[in-house]
Amino acid sequence: MNDLGRGALLFAIVAGLIVGTGFVQSWNSALLILNMGLVSAVMALGVNLQWGFAGLFNVGVMGFVALGGLATVLVSMPPVGAAWSAGAGRLFLALALGLAVIGGAIVIWSRVRRGLRGWLVAAVLVAGYFAFRAVFDPAVSAIEAVDPAATGYLGGLGLPVVLAWPVGGLLAAAVAWLIGKTALGLRSDYLAIATLGIAEIIIAVLKNEDWLARGVKNVIGLPRPVPYEIDLQNDPGFVARAAELGVDPTTASTLYVKLGYGLMFAVVLVILLVLAQLALKSPWGRMMRAIRDNETAARAMGKDVTRRHLQVFILGSAVCGIAGAMMTTLDGQLTPGTYQPLRYTFLIWVMVIVGGSGNNFGAVLGGLLIWFLWVQVEPIGQAVMVLVTSGMADGSWLKAHLLDSVQHMRLLTMGVILLVVLRFSPRGLLPEK
Amino acid sequence: MDLLNAVVALANFVLIPATAYGAQLALGALGVTLIYGILRFSNFAHGDTMAFGTMCTILVTWGLQTLGLSLGPLPVALLAIPFGIVGTAAMVLFTDRVVYRFYRAQKVKPVILVIVSIGVMFITNGVTRFIIGTEEQNFADGARFLIGAREFKAMTGLDEGLAIRTTQAVTVVTAVIVVALLFWFLNRTRTGKSMRAYSDNEDLALLSGISPERVVLVTWLIVAALATIAGTLYGLDKSFKPFTYFQLLLPIFAAAIVGGLGSPLGAIAGGFVIAFSEVGITYAWKKVLGYLLPDTLAPDGLVQLMSTDYKFAVSFVILIIVLLFRPTGLFAGKSV
Repeated sequence: MNDLGRGALLFAIVAGLIVGTGFVQSWNSALLILNMGLVSAVMALGVNLQWGFAGLFNVGVMGFVALGGLATVLVSMPPVGAAWSAGAGRLFLALALGLAVIGGAIVIWSRVRRGLRGWLVAAVLVAGYFAFRAVFDPAVSAIEAVDPAATGYLGGLGLPVVLAWPVGGLLAAAVAWLIGKTALGLRSDYLAIATLGIAEIIIAVLKNEDWLARGVKNVIGLPRPVPYEIDLQNDPGFVARAAELGVDPTTASTLYVKLGYGLMFAVVLVILLVLAQLALKSPWGRMMRAIRDNETAARAMGKDVTRRHLQVFILGSAVCGIAGAMMTTLDGQLTPGTYQPLRYTFLIWVMVIVGGSGNNFGAVLGGLLIWFLWVQVEPIGQAVMVLVTSGMADGSWLKAHLLDSVQHMRLLTMGVILLVVLRFSPRGLLPEK
Repeated sequence: MDLLNAVVALANFVLIPATAYGAQLALGALGVTLIYGILRFSNFAHGDTMAFGTMCTILVTWGLQTLGLSLGPLPVALLAIPFGIVGTAAMVLFTDRVVYRFYRAQKVKPVILVIVSIGVMFITNGVTRFIIGTEEQNFADGARFLIGAREFKAMTGLDEGLAIRTTQAVTVVTAVIVVALLFWFLNRTRTGKSMRAYSDNEDLALLSGISPERVVLVTWLIVAALATIAGTLYGLDKSFKPFTYFQLLLPIFAAAIVGGLGSPLGAIAGGFVIAFSEVGITYAWKKVLGYLLPDTLAPDGLVQLMSTDYKFAVSFVILIIVLLFRPTGLFAGKSV
């Protein structure tokens, strides 16, 4: 079978799985899977840009996804006026001071001669840190004291939530630039650990800096780009149309909302996919792959490898940031406590590897397929376990334990899938051409 | 101004906990560093290997406890550790046979092995959760304290108490013994020397007749032992929860990298650097400073450099600072 046919067949299978869910379980679950699958596909596209195009090993995906989520809050929530007047001025002064200290340290490091500069930089940083905290802490307590049960943070700009998607990408890109500047000089394994750590730092900041996004108190009730179900149910026109189609208004409204999200996500995915395909086929894409396959040779040909790596690292991270903003919009809330590397970094990697690294369609396929399995392994495992334990006496210790542990089948299955694909089809389901 | 009380407070809240934690990290980092030095990849599954080993130990400990066994003031888990090591060794050798060996034979790029280890991580994590669940398990028994705060105060007449938990003492003593054994093995025995030779220069070692499969086998056995011991000590000292062990991967890698990947001495140094900075930066220094400074200068706030929630972040900030200035770590590790 040719490549095109193979791709079409695999996509048809995934579509069949999702439609099958609609028939067997419910159309609501099918659309839920589809929507998160589309978001996952965008994340996988971002990782594929870095790994598949350029061979950069980034295990900090979670951090960029979380930054996208942060952008959603900063863009769409209404500003908290009282908090702004209570301490915003001092807060921004503190942040500027912090930046000035770091900038000063960098200047000293590059200007002053060896021997002395280490101590000077350390002194500037330590003194700067205490100065920063002296301005920062009172500002933060003032902001967090404003109605902590409901706000206690600065709020956002009150703009339409869809604007947060590009902003999330920009925010992730800015942070990726900062990281890339410092970490891209490192060797592959060291870079991996550095990105893993930076993702943890980003999550730690999101969890603890309550003035920014309420920390673990979560921001809930984010504005939506689609209508609320209850408004649809109260709209006589909508109810009438639902009745024409023979669906009850409640189901119709939930399906309508989910379809709305699905369409918006699909549009973003298609745009990014087209751009990624154009990039892959352009001279730039060929250069990236040449660098990936033989860095030394590419360098000898006069390619600026470090610069290209930085470029693709920023682009890939920005795509992850867009996906993160989309996901938080879909959830309607930002919950920093739920970000875990197993789910937001390593699972995305499974998607890219299984789908086919270096192939954009492969990444999208992997995103949709692995997300489907991630959701469905539990009910399938449950069914299998019920079958396995059907012979056992009711109330036996082993039976209860086995039925309980079904929820852990997910990780096991994902690991097995990853290893099997790596072993028998190391280039993924849709290999790079 | 009260120097003695300040020293005791410092020891109680910083030195002793950080030493115990540092020893646990160092043992974990030694495992990571050995795999990096000999099998030449960063093993992302190491945290979960530790969890698996601890789980084996816990299951045997429970068995021994039901038999009514007791070690007096020491935790029974110490007796169970050898069984835990056997279980973990069986698991890692099986993994090596069905997973890693194939890629070793193909001589794939190290980064592929890292991705493979992510798959192993998923599976090990799933198996551990499958068997023992996700809840916190407490398996420490024996005496809780070697010295209690109150006894110490009565003994010395100081205001400040000093408590040493049994598990902290056990951790440090065990770690010293294990590290001494490991270094004796690496430096004095024939197999240990061949491992170092293999780590330094694979081709040369092969030429001089060292069997690679044997080196790999011994490495996995040592790693299984280190992971089980480190995990059990951590579990005794804090508590056992599979997810915590997955998170331990981060400070352990930070320790191994700060020291220089592939360098055993570096792993130990890195473990303590990370542990002391984590504890020191997140500790509220108010009490110690209160003793040291005259009353007029006594601090108002907690004098905490960063909130305790940032402790994972601390290890990485240290990691990045070290890497910026010494790209292969303090002890000049290798890079593949």
